[in-house]
Amino acid sequence: MSRVRLLVGTKKGAFILTADGKRKKWEVSGPHFAGFELYHLKGSPAAPDRLYASQTSGWFGQLVQRSDDGGKSWEAVDNQFTYDGTPGTHQWYDGTQHPWEFKRVWHFEPSLTDPDTVYAGVEDAALFRTKDGGKSWQEMPGLRSVKGHLWQPGAGGMGLHTIVQDPTNPKRLYIAISAAGAFRSEDGGESWRPITKGLVSLYNLPDPDAEVGHCVHRIAMHPSRPTTLFMQKHWDVLRSDDAGDSWHEVSGNLPSDFGFPIAVHAHEPETIYVVPIKSDSEHYPPEGKLRVYRSRSGGNEWEALTKGLPQQDCYVNVLRGAMSVDRLEKCGIYFGTTGGQVYGSADGGDSWTAIVRDLPAVLSVEAQTLS
Amino acid sequence: MIRVVLPEHLRRLARVGPEVPLEVPGPASLAAVLDALEARYPMLRGTIRDHVTRKRRAFVRFFACEQDWSHEPADAPLPDAITTGAEPLLIIGAMAGG
Repeated sequence: MSRVRLLVGTKKGAFILTADGKRKKWEVSGPHFAGFELYHLKGSPAAPDRLYASQTSGWFGQLVQRSDDGGKSWEAVDNQFTYDGTPGTHQWYDGTQHPWEFKRVWHFEPSLTDPDTVYAGVEDAALFRTKDGGKSWQEMPGLRSVKGHLWQPGAGGMGLHTIVQDPTNPKRLYIAISAAGAFRSEDGGESWRPITKGLVSLYNLPDPDAEVGHCVHRIAMHPSRPTTLFMQKHWDVLRSDDAGDSWHEVSGNLPSDFGFPIAVHAHEPETIYVVPIKSDSEHYPPEGKLRVYRSRSGGNEWEALTKGLPQQDCYVNVLRGAMSVDRLEKCGIYFGTTGGQVYGSADGGDSWTAIVRDLPAVLSVEAQTLS
Repeated sequence: MIRVVLPEHLRRLARVGPEVPLEVPGPASLAAVLDALEARYPMLRGTIRDHVTRKRRAFVRFFACEQDWSHEPADAPLPDAITTGAEPLLIIGAMAGG
């Protein structure tokens, strides 16, 4: 029988939540790496018990952990992320140039086919890769050569937080950075071009043709339609049907089009999910009601999903890496909050239950479907 | 024999007890002790000092014989009580935060 494993990164450790295919009873394992921030954990699609975890600390810096048994045991692997050549500078908040400095790994994206190959998105924004299961990391410096001197941090730092692989074309990758924008590679990450045509960021980018500087929060793709992308930007929800060459807004009737995560249903490529947040200065749901919004038409028409979610006095946030779907026949969808709840739905979002309620603030949620 | 006391988080990372005994070749300095520590426990590389610059991480402190050695030159000889093992070298996570 199929099972689901949720890899949950929090401000004070990692938790692994497991359930059978009914997804009614969950076992909670953790905290793993207690006391550390776990920005992201992700399993290899090619070998699901191979997990990679980004473990960070203000005291002791970046650590990388790897598991080969689904999280029962872990081994620290290489934690050295050295920028290629002379790192150079990027734009700072005051408009001056600031040296590139490694701070942490925001995101791991294991290869779709090789458990030993993993992409790492880091702050200050850059893309690294290991080909030996984490024994060593090398920067893919072509990305920062795309006007890197004009990139600047968002309020949460300049992190490369999204890495999307095209399952039909191993040479094609998409990445997104706050607040540098979105980029595509057609040669396996060696060279990149901005994919920001159609993005509008009125108050921080007066130039309507600006190629970099957009605060992209998340990009999602359904594997059956790799040229259709969905984006949650700082403000605006958008879609592209030409691999990012152009974007158009699909915020439609959302109560707010600010938010962080965006996800696509496992079996319905036009069904997408967002969690509207009131504004960039008020990082909580509008009206104190925690609502996931679902569009079955690829955007524009949205319905609020509220059953089982708090509909009063709720002031949590849902971060960009904290929403994920499983691939069971009835698609499950999960998200974690800064209040420490992980909510799950086993019916595509129609109804929700709190799998756990009192974890540390949740930074990331990744769902694995196991056979 | 030099005795090194690690903070709790790094003990768990290195899977060691409260004290790590180390043989340090040559004149024992902070740099030499950290070199020996990282050679024996490679998972500690980058957690106490930067991989490249070798500078102490901002919120890590060194104490020897009840003295703060955090700002001493990395190649300064450690006190005899440390090099003989009479006293441990303490590596601690600084009080920080709010």
